[in-house]
Amino acid sequence: MTNVIERLGAWAVIRVQEMGRMLLFVLSAFAWLLRPPFRFHQIMKQLHFIGYRSTFVVVLTAGFTGMVLALQGYYSLRKFGSEGLLGSAVALSMIRELGPVLAALMVTARAGSAMTAEIGIMRITEQIDALDTMAINPQQYLIAPKLVAGVLGVPLLVAIFDVVGIYGGSLVGVDLLGVSEGAYWNSVESAVEWKDVYGGILKSVTFGLIVSWVCCYKGFYTRQSAEGLGSATTEAVVLSSVLILVGDYVLTSLLL
Amino acid sequence: MIKLVGVEKKLGGQSVLQGVDLSIPVGKLTTIIGRSGEGKSVLLKHMIGLMQPDRGEVWVGDVEISRLSGTLLNDVRKRFAMLFQGAALFDSLSVFENVAFPLREKLRMKGPEVGRRVEEKLEEVGLAGMGHKFPAELSGGMRKRAGLARALVMEPEIILFDEPTTGLDPLMAKSIHDLIVTMHRRFGFTAVMVSHQIPEIFGISDWVAMLRKGKIALMATAAEFQRTTDPEIQEFISVGGTVALPGSLVSP
Repeated sequence: MTNVIERLGAWAVIRVQEMGRMLLFVLSAFAWLLRPPFRFHQIMKQLHFIGYRSTFVVVLTAGFTGMVLALQGYYSLRKFGSEGLLGSAVALSMIRELGPVLAALMVTARAGSAMTAEIGIMRITEQIDALDTMAINPQQYLIAPKLVAGVLGVPLLVAIFDVVGIYGGSLVGVDLLGVSEGAYWNSVESAVEWKDVYGGILKSVTFGLIVSWVCCYKGFYTRQSAEGLGSATTEAVVLSSVLILVGDYVLTSLLL
Repeated sequence: MIKLVGVEKKLGGQSVLQGVDLSIPVGKLTTIIGRSGEGKSVLLKHMIGLMQPDRGEVWVGDVEISRLSGTLLNDVRKRFAMLFQGAALFDSLSVFENVAFPLREKLRMKGPEVGRRVEEKLEEVGLAGMGHKFPAELSGGMRKRAGLARALVMEPEIILFDEPTTGLDPLMAKSIHDLIVTMHRRFGFTAVMVSHQIPEIFGISDWVAMLRKGKIALMATAAEFQRTTDPEIQEFISVGGTVALPGSLVSP
């Protein structure tokens, strides 16, 4: 029994230490961000990688999400004779929930895992040590631009996701299922309020930070082996995804 | 210039360094030898603050660096360069960009001056015209040369070499050693090298130190080192012989 408690205690201590280290990691990166030299080029490069190069997968996901949402929504609303509200159902689902969550999950899968692998390989091959020896802080050069790109890039992708998703809903609802185009867009316009948009932006900024933070952290502290790198990448994707879903619940309960 | 006093370090619960006392002579090439897993690379990383000792002090000039971090540590590191075992070139950058990296990122240098200095260093290490290649396209020896060019481009006072010839064939290893000695003579930096290349290191080093059981067992000039009467050290160095390869730039 004592043994079990001991092991539980040791596990808890390690987890608390890890959380502390994660917090210091992100605070340190943001602190370095405020010190010169300011690396705008690095930020733009990361924004291109996280944002622009994720656009295709985000558009694809958004289109089909909007389409399936319209399909499901149409048959549910038809039971109550409320097909005209399809636009608002699709738009609110997209802007409040699905846009931020699914776009962030897509970024995690595409860019987050790549970030962890890239930083992890740099750690294993001593490229991060090489930065240190050149008196270039790796957190300033490597991590801070990725964090900024995550925070800026994910909201932009979410905006694209929302728009494409709503158009995808219109494609199925209006063009395939025969809902009136006017009714669809009118219900979108009347249902969506600025606070929904703000809420979506707040979520996407938070999720962008979570993805880049977790994925950079896992790569930066990867163990010195191929197996360690594989585990770090898996852990980064799993932890980011879980934190996005948990964060979504917390933010939704605060925003409602 | 570099002085370690009673440095102790445990890694994964195992005692690696158990009270290392070592002074590196200024302007000389000092080689640290020892069996695999003795902690030679760990020792080297302590000198540049990549690792902090559990106990003891690491002095670089008149600065004790073992408890430094951030900007203060970076100020000390500006005096250093390091050539890593695998060269640690940035694989997303070309050879030219790798060598130019510290100039651009650290000195914020721009324009033709960068190109001039990079080309000069690439020529010195025998990589003229190879600047456009990426690290993945280079052989092991060429990667080490590119790493050396990157180390030299900032004209540091101290260069650390972590097993610079590991994984190279004997001829390539000799050419890297010769290059290190040539550069050392030309620029006069303080060099600390970790190596397994016995007996070649006796031909190129001014001083040799042996790490054994977490401590410096012996530090002496290359010639004196070979005359030691310590049976364990004799056994270790006699495996490879005690005579430098013919044709080395420095005779023992």
